[in-house]
Amino acid sequence: MQAAVVDKAVAAVAKPKDFDVPVLGDYLQVPSLAPGSMAHSKPFEAKPVHQEKLGFPGELIDNWQEVAVAKLGDLVKSSRGLQVYLDSCVKCGACTDKCHYFLGTADPKNMPVARQDLLRKVYRRYYTVAGKYLPKLVGAEDLTEEVLDDWYTYYHQCSQCRRCSVYCPYGIDTAEVSMAAREIMDTVGKGQKYCNEIIGKVHKLGNNLGLPEPALADTLEGLEEDVEEEIGIDVKFPLDVKGADVLLVTPSADFFAEPHIDGLIGYAKVFHQAGLSWTISSHASEAANFGLFIGSHDNMQKVALRIREAALELGVKRIVFGECGHAWRVGYSFLNTLAGPFDFLDSNYPVPQHIVEVTHDLLQQGRLTLDPEANDDKRVTFHDSCNVARASRMGSLPGGQFTLPRDVIKASCNHFFDMPANTIGEATFCCGGGGGLLTDDLVELRVKGAMPRMQALKEVNDRHQITHMAAICAICKSQFSKVFPYYGFQMDQIISVHQLVGDALVFNSDPGARRITQ
Amino acid sequence: MAIELNGKSYETDEEGYLENLADWDPDIAKVMAELDDCDLSENHWEVINFLREYYEEYQIAPAVRVLTKAIGKKLGKDKGNSKYLYELYPYGPAKQACKYAGLPKPTGCV
Repeated sequence: MQAAVVDKAVAAVAKPKDFDVPVLGDYLQVPSLAPGSMAHSKPFEAKPVHQEKLGFPGELIDNWQEVAVAKLGDLVKSSRGLQVYLDSCVKCGACTDKCHYFLGTADPKNMPVARQDLLRKVYRRYYTVAGKYLPKLVGAEDLTEEVLDDWYTYYHQCSQCRRCSVYCPYGIDTAEVSMAAREIMDTVGKGQKYCNEIIGKVHKLGNNLGLPEPALADTLEGLEEDVEEEIGIDVKFPLDVKGADVLLVTPSADFFAEPHIDGLIGYAKVFHQAGLSWTISSHASEAANFGLFIGSHDNMQKVALRIREAALELGVKRIVFGECGHAWRVGYSFLNTLAGPFDFLDSNYPVPQHIVEVTHDLLQQGRLTLDPEANDDKRVTFHDSCNVARASRMGSLPGGQFTLPRDVIKASCNHFFDMPANTIGEATFCCGGGGGLLTDDLVELRVKGAMPRMQALKEVNDRHQITHMAAICAICKSQFSKVFPYYGFQMDQIISVHQLVGDALVFNSDPGARRITQ
Repeated sequence: MAIELNGKSYETDEEGYLENLADWDPDIAKVMAELDDCDLSENHWEVINFLREYYEEYQIAPAVRVLTKAIGKKLGKDKGNSKYLYELYPYGPAKQACKYAGLPKPTGCV
């Protein structure tokens, strides 16, 4: 990658004045501790108008302490997993240097064990015998204003990526702890603006952007014109078509942002060439489900139910998810329990199916032809998105979530190179913006948290002169567009996997098997 | 928070976006841009005006591609791309230009 060539316009303002961007070295180093270095980092708090739409108190309630402790008790009672996570840490230290936010910020409270302890010490104080009677001996503490403040600060410095849990000998899942803490905070009226405003928009309009149906229709129509103009083929972007076979549920960023939209064009080209009838729904025009990030089962379910409603209303046979990381976790792992049963769909296909699985299947069946030479101008690496890597699967074999995207990329381009083994697959580093942290009020955290991934990119780039990093998550794509310039890369070096596919697709039915090029 | 200008008070949120779309006028746009060290040229205004027209029709800011296409038509093909828009609005055309146009900040994974 031409690391030295930074887009000047971006660099001029994107270079921060008030924090130091980590310097990439020859290899990833564990930093010396800098206690309190991120104590100032907190996202904007949700306003009453955002809170109330989600069924939470508008602002911090008077008896918040009592309610928070009771809520913690309820959560521990209803989730055996959470109780095990809070009970079983032996302070072995295996997780301490595994979190990208710790590696990028050096704040010891960003060590996963320390992050868990913020909740664990309160749990011990109120719900264990030792903590009730001998709190000081077992590190138990009262829930004070200071503790609540720490929760807000540091549970919004966890992207719930679950990398630490891979290395924990007990499998303690910090994501679950962080979700529980956020849920408790929402319950007492201390919510985060970014997530809660967005969830409110989904409840009202069906997507994170707040994109109403006429705007969506206009955007899709424009895309049809663009693609027709570009390649001379009438590729459709159907909306609310009753009786279509496939309902595509994709992150609304795919309609709005770059490079996401090139991924959407790629899906449409795949559907077109495979002859699949498909549609987008204006009712469920969002794959993302931020209910997961705030640990709210009710909100997660409400969002998920829109997909069921759309599938029934349109009478589709299959549900396919576009490139969105945590959506695939919710889709793959929870959709059936949240919004099932889906016995009205075609049982020959997984419910739901990932767009990468669709493309992979079509390639295996010989129903798609890709010409990888179309991407000969690119040297590509792949960023495994955390929720796909560590909380889901693709295809029928273990590890399919790692092999399928790579198979698809390799079929689309001739020059593919992986980043170092301890930074990909289940050991993948978060982009730095996941878990509801992709907001401008957390830019310092996002830039610093991206450091381990940037280090890995630098290493593969030094060896193989990478031009592009491909990803299958809307958050990852937006995050990298934002943070690349801080590290000397260019914002347009992040692309969608299905952009590669779309550009390499050969339209067989066309005279002369015309290749699609830009 | 609020910006005081010509005896009028413009309520803004934490990030400087206008709370009330109806409060907007060209003077406040200039002031908001100055706060970001941005001097609004005619081309900046083309973007702002398009955003406002689009918003009036659809109650949302246009997708980046819709915006680039429209700007390409108005200012010439060489300017109808996001690279040019980022030159005008280095914080990102969607977010920065929306702010000066008095529109709410786009939300989501963008």
